[in-house]
Amino acid sequence: MRTSTTRRLAAALAAAGLGLTACTAGGSGGQSGGPKAEEKQTIEVWHGWSAPHEVKAFQDAVAGFHKLHPNITVKLVKDQTDDRITNAIRGGNPPDVVSSFTTDSVGQWCQSGAWQDLSGDIAGSKLDLNQFPKPVQQYTQYKGRRCAMPLLADAYGLYYNKALMKGEQPPRTFSELTALAKKLTVRNPDGTIKVAGFMPSAQYYEHQVQHLATQFGAKWLTPDGHAAFAADPAVKAYLQWDKSLIDWYGYDNVKKFLHSMGQEFESSNPFEKGKVAMAVDGEWRTKFMQEEAPKVDYGTAPAPVPDGQDARYGSGFVTGTVIGIPRGAEHRAAAWEFIRYLTTDTGALVTFANALGNVPTTIASLSSPGLTLPPQFKTFLDVFKNPASATTPPTPNGNDYVVKFQQFVQDQWEPGKAGDLDKALKDLDGKVDASLKLAGG
Amino acid sequence: MASGSLRLPLRRGRLGTVSRAGRRRRLRVLAFLSPWLAGFGLFFAYPLAATVYFSFTRYNLFTLKYVGLDNYRYLLHDGDAWTAMRNTLWLVAVLVPLRVLFGLGVAQLLTRIRRGGNLLRAVFYVPYLIPPVSATVAFVFVLNPGTGPFPVIARHLGFSLPDFFNDAAWAKPGLSLLGLWAVGDVMIILLAALLNVPRSLYEAAAIDGAGAWARFRHITLPTVSPVLAFAAVTGVIETLQYFTQAMVAGKVAAGQADLPGTQFAPGYPGGSTLTFPQWLYDEGFRQFNMGYACVLALVMFVIAMAFTLLLLRQFRAFAGEEAQ
Repeated sequence: MRTSTTRRLAAALAAAGLGLTACTAGGSGGQSGGPKAEEKQTIEVWHGWSAPHEVKAFQDAVAGFHKLHPNITVKLVKDQTDDRITNAIRGGNPPDVVSSFTTDSVGQWCQSGAWQDLSGDIAGSKLDLNQFPKPVQQYTQYKGRRCAMPLLADAYGLYYNKALMKGEQPPRTFSELTALAKKLTVRNPDGTIKVAGFMPSAQYYEHQVQHLATQFGAKWLTPDGHAAFAADPAVKAYLQWDKSLIDWYGYDNVKKFLHSMGQEFESSNPFEKGKVAMAVDGEWRTKFMQEEAPKVDYGTAPAPVPDGQDARYGSGFVTGTVIGIPRGAEHRAAAWEFIRYLTTDTGALVTFANALGNVPTTIASLSSPGLTLPPQFKTFLDVFKNPASATTPPTPNGNDYVVKFQQFVQDQWEPGKAGDLDKALKDLDGKVDASLKLAGG
Repeated sequence: MASGSLRLPLRRGRLGTVSRAGRRRRLRVLAFLSPWLAGFGLFFAYPLAATVYFSFTRYNLFTLKYVGLDNYRYLLHDGDAWTAMRNTLWLVAVLVPLRVLFGLGVAQLLTRIRRGGNLLRAVFYVPYLIPPVSATVAFVFVLNPGTGPFPVIARHLGFSLPDFFNDAAWAKPGLSLLGLWAVGDVMIILLAALLNVPRSLYEAAAIDGAGAWARFRHITLPTVSPVLAFAAVTGVIETLQYFTQAMVAGKVAAGQADLPGTQFAPGYPGGSTLTFPQWLYDEGFRQFNMGYACVLALVMFVIAMAFTLLLLRQFRAFAGEEAQ
C-alpha cells in the first residue's frame, strides 16, 4: 500500500534523521576588536587548574594584574578542558582568554585560527621573544604562526621514595632502573604486587608513552611530518623494555595493581601512599607531596636514559601550559594586556610558580632568587634548562599520533596481542599518516 | 490527510491560470502545512543537505576546503570506525532483543502476580529513572573485580565473576546487563499492552483446548505486536545512538577522568566499548574532522533507516499473517 509505505518511510526518515543534526550545528565566530585596554571592562579567563591551591594561585596572580590595570576586572573560570574551549569558540561565545595544558594542540589551534595570531600584539608591545628558552618559543607556534604564549612549564623527572629505596641511589640508565625495580618490588604471597619498584605500564598515570618513550629518544615524526614509529629504533627500544618488565611482573598482576590504584591527583596516589618506590612524574608533584604527603621522605633525579647515552642524562620530557586569545573574543586588547602581564612579569611568574610548583617560563624568572620551591624542585629546573630536553612535535590534529600510540601500547602491546612488532608499527604509521592527511597535514 | 488535499484539482480560469479561489485554497493548505514544513525543513531537510555537503569537504569548524570523496575513502580504511560499527551492531543484535524479551517476560509475570504487584512494578521501573551516568558509574563499581560487592560475594561462595568492564570480551555483556537492569521503559508499555488483551479471547481459546503456549502465540503476541514493534524500533534507534553508558563505563573502568590535559581514547578496554556515535563525536568534536564526521553521520542515518524499514515490514507481515 502506498500510504503505509510512505508512512513507514517517513517514520524511518524521522528516526534516522535525529543523528544528523549533530553534524551541522552552530556557526563560526569572527575576529572582533572590542573596547580599548584603557576602558572599564570585565574579561573572562578560562583555565584548567582545579586543585584549591592552584585556583588560589591564579587568583593571586590576577590580583597583581588588577593593581596595574584597575579598570579591568578578571573573571576566572576553573577546570576547563580543551574540548570545552574549542566548543565555546565554535559556538561563537568564547571567553576572552583561554589556557590549556595540551601543548600538542597548538598546531591545531594555530592552523585552524581557533586561537588568534599574536604576532601583531607582540610586535606592538615590542616584546622580546628571546626572554623565553628556545623549546618554549617552539611549542607556542606552528609553522610561523604564533597563537599562544607560554604560561609556566612542566618538566618530568624521577621521584623516589627514600625509605623504599633501602639506601640505593636513583638509577641513571634503564638497565639500572630495571634491576632496581625488580630488587625493590614486594609481592603478596599469591604473587600479586604489594609494592612496585617501578610500574612501567603506559596506563600508570604519567608513564604515558610520550613521557617514557621520549627518554629513549623517540622522534615521533619525520622532518616532513610523517609518522616515524616503525623506522625509529628508540620506539622499539622503549617497547621492548616496557614489555620485558611487564612480563617479569606478570601482565595479570600489573592489571590488578593498576585497578587497585588510587586517584592521581589525590592523596590516594600510590607514590604518595608508598605503594611504588620510583615513578616518573611532573614537577607539580612536589607541591602535591607538600600538601598531601608531607611525611614521605622523597628525592628527585632526572629520568634514566638508555645505556650508552650518558650524554643525554639530565634531559627529560618538557611541555607547558599555553595561553591565548580565542577567535571571537570580545575584549581583545584587555585580553592581550592580561596575557602579556601573566607571561612576562617576573614577579607574577615567580609568585605563580611558587604557588603551583610549576617551572617558570622566562629566563629571568628561572634564575630568580624569589623562587622558594622545595630542594627537590631543582631537578626540574635543570631538566627544563637542559638543551637535550624534548617535547612531542605539534601537528594539525594535535596529539592524535600520541593517543594512537598510547592505544597501541596499552591495548595490544602490553597484553601481548600485537604479533609482529614491525608490521604492527607500520600499520600504526599508516593510521597516523591517514589521520594527519584527513586533518590537512 | 494533507497529501489528499494537495491532489485536489484546482479550478482554472479561461486561460489555464489558477483561479482566485484555487489560489486561496492552495494558500490555505500551505498555511495549515507550514508548521510541519518549517519543522521538516529546519530539523530534517536542511541538516541532511548540509551533512551531505560537508561530507565532501575538509571542515575543521573554522576553515573549509572541498576534498571530493577523500572522506569516504578514509572511511574504508578507518579501523576504528569499523570496530565502532561492529560494537554497535553487536549491541543492536543482542541488547535490543534481550531487552524486549526480558521486558515482555517481566510484564507477563507482573500480570499474573496477585499480591505485591505494585511494589514489583516499582522495583522493575525505578532503575530506568536513574540518570544513565550515575547508573553506569554505580554498575562499574558494583562489578569491580577487586572491591565490588558482587565479585566479593561470588568469591566467598567459591566462584568468580568475569572481569566486566576491564576485559574486552566481557565489556559489552556488562553493558547489556546494565540495559536489562534498566528495562523499566520497555516493561511498562508491554505491561499496559498485556493488560489490554481481552480476557474473553483467552477464555474462548481455553474452551477450544488451547494450551498456554498456543494462547501466547495466537492471542497475546498478535495483540501486543504493535507495541512490540514500537519497542523494537525505538530500541534499535536508541541503541544505534548508544553513547553515554559506553563512554562512562570505559572512562570509569580505565580510571580516566576528563581532566584538563589528559589524553582520551574512547572504547576501553581494547576498543570493546567504542560505539559508532562515540567515534562520530570523537572525530567531529575532539579531532574536529567535521567533514569526516558528516560521512559517519550519513552512514548512521542509512543504517537507522534500513533497520526501521526492515522492522516495520517484518512486524506488519507478522500482524497481517495473524489477522488472516
